[in-house]
Amino acid sequence: MRISQKFEELKDKNEKALIAYVCAGDPDPDTTPSIVNALVEAGADIIELGLPFSDPVADGPTIQAATCRAIEAGMNTESYFEMIKGLEVNVPLICMTYYNLIYRQGSENFVKKCADAGISGLIIPDLPLHEADELIEICKEEGIDNIFLVAPNTSDQRLDAISSKSSGFIYIVSKLGVTGEGKNISSNVAGLLDKINSDLPKAVGFGISNRKHVEEMVAAGADAVIVGSAFVNIIASKDNVISRLKEITKDLKEGCR
Amino acid sequence: MNHYYGDYGGQYVPEILMPPLQELEEAYEQYKADPEFTSQLNDYLENYAGRSTPLYYAKNMSAKYGIKIYLKREDLVHGGAHKLNNTLGQALLAKFMGKKRLIAETGAGQHGTATAMVGAKLGFETMVYMGSKDVKRQLPNVYRMKLMGTEVVSVDTGSKTMKDAINEALRDWVTNVGDTHYLIGSVVGPHPFPKIVRDFQSVIGREVKEQVMKVEGRYPDSIVACAGGGSNAMGIFYPFLDDEVNLFAVEAGGEKLREDDKIAYHSASLATGKEGILHGARTKVLQNRDGQILESTSVAAGLDYAGVGPELARLSETGRVKPCYITDMEALEAFHELSRLEGIIPALESAHAIAYVRKMADHGILGDTVVINLSGRGDKDLQTIMDMEE
Ligand SMILES: Cc1ncc(COP(=O)(O)O)c(C=O)c1O
Repeated sequence: MRISQKFEELKDKNEKALIAYVCAGDPDPDTTPSIVNALVEAGADIIELGLPFSDPVADGPTIQAATCRAIEAGMNTESYFEMIKGLEVNVPLICMTYYNLIYRQGSENFVKKCADAGISGLIIPDLPLHEADELIEICKEEGIDNIFLVAPNTSDQRLDAISSKSSGFIYIVSKLGVTGEGKNISSNVAGLLDKINSDLPKAVGFGISNRKHVEEMVAAGADAVIVGSAFVNIIASKDNVISRLKEITKDLKEGCR
Repeated sequence: MNHYYGDYGGQYVPEILMPPLQELEEAYEQYKADPEFTSQLNDYLENYAGRSTPLYYAKNMSAKYGIKIYLKREDLVHGGAHKLNNTLGQALLAKFMGKKRLIAETGAGQHGTATAMVGAKLGFETMVYMGSKDVKRQLPNVYRMKLMGTEVVSVDTGSKTMKDAINEALRDWVTNVGDTHYLIGSVVGPHPFPKIVRDFQSVIGREVKEQVMKVEGRYPDSIVACAGGGSNAMGIFYPFLDDEVNLFAVEAGGEKLREDDKIAYHSASLATGKEGILHGARTKVLQNRDGQILESTSVAAGLDYAGVGPELARLSETGRVKPCYITDMEALEAFHELSRLEGIIPALESAHAIAYVRKMADHGILGDTVVINLSGRGDKDLQTIMDMEE
């Protein structure tokens, strides 16, 4: 499913989107489909599946550890696409990974495989806009969205450039830092949301981990929230994973209504 | 500034790092020719670092190998390695930019130590990230850093060496961009770091030019330097790029030139790596078929890195610089031989450059006058050597 279609559906229902991140292959490749199913069943609108990279510089300890578990358990680029092809959920799927894994396959090859597997968008935290010209062209041809990130310290000039080149949605990094559960979300996010001049949906991520955070972001004008570490921590606990994932997903989704 | 060297270089970083990289580039362009900045830097280089360093004619080694061998004595720089040339420059720049805090990665601990020195001298809060494997094998340097008031953070992720220390330093920088300067220790990372570090290290090559002219009346036939990230190599090579001088970058051949899906049993990224993206730059990288970065291996912690500076990758590709490698065993033999022949104990990193000259002296490719960059002294490696001899 296209990302834009999902956002239109939600608009009609007057709801915001819950975007759920998990690392593919964590704790092992066979378990990921049941985790994705649980998230979607409980209300996640879009699934972001990490393709694990050995050196994830934009990630905090929680997702680093997930990445290690997944690679140890045998997740690789080939099995990633195979696994995604086998998923039976009807929500947009986004691939989140680092640029070297794409570069090594050849961008065109990688993007074709994404399209083939039913992936609708790409998030690459170490690929800033000015290095992405080639990839943007390729993605356009294959109908894959390029989701770029903006941060609290991004200049107005870059904000405009990023807004005009992004597709799918704009990913707003809530804080200076890496991924991970946070206590408080900075009140500056509202200002950043206001400043972005674009028709695309605006999704806030990094540090969002509970219902209160979600409600604050929705009140501040976000069209979507991205939650990752909160899910990954549950997966890491190995304790009643599926039912706890469903429970927190329902609660977070309530905050989007 | 152009961000690329041929196809290598660029800025593959999280969006949060774009403003500080831009700020750094602008500050560097502004201050590098500023009289106040250059006069302070030159004063520090002379009176704090102890520059210029001698170009020493290694008579006994020359006699043994039948060619003229000069050693550029960067081991005599304060702290015991060339690393201070770069840390003085960057820390002074950070001071002019109004930064309050320095962070750095370190492999051998030499760059961490050189950062700790400038942190103490110039009044920065200083934090150094170091892989836990390196903490173990370079303990004297860990203690030196602590003595100078630097906090050393042991990094326990991934291969637990310099690659992972850089990851952690980048994460710190992303979190503390406002008041913190990331003082990167080699010609690696996103633009403008490879250029800035190369410029600050080029003092080595500029001195060699004058010194060798004085004693030989001409440039050497060859210059040989070890290459981890490539800063001592770029520093001595750069002023000679347009001259008829052969340039050899000696990488760590480790145990053997073999790789599996996770580990490279060497660190020869120029010689055997494939194009990829690591730590913000497109360069030659040790990686598996999927693009996962391999753990590298070397007896010399400072060479134990899966990437290499983008400019050096470019110069190797064009053939201007010849990449080559030396195994752990060969480096150890050279370490012992230089100690006995000249009374100079080299760093295990620098011993790779020595070993290459020993190995190739007969082959003719070096010519008859060679300058070796003796990038550091070996005191930090004594524990490693003692452990191996047990
Ligand atoms: C003495 C010495 N030589 C060489 C190196 C390798 O670094 P580079 O290749 O940047 O000169 C190090 C790094 O720690 C070092 O300590």
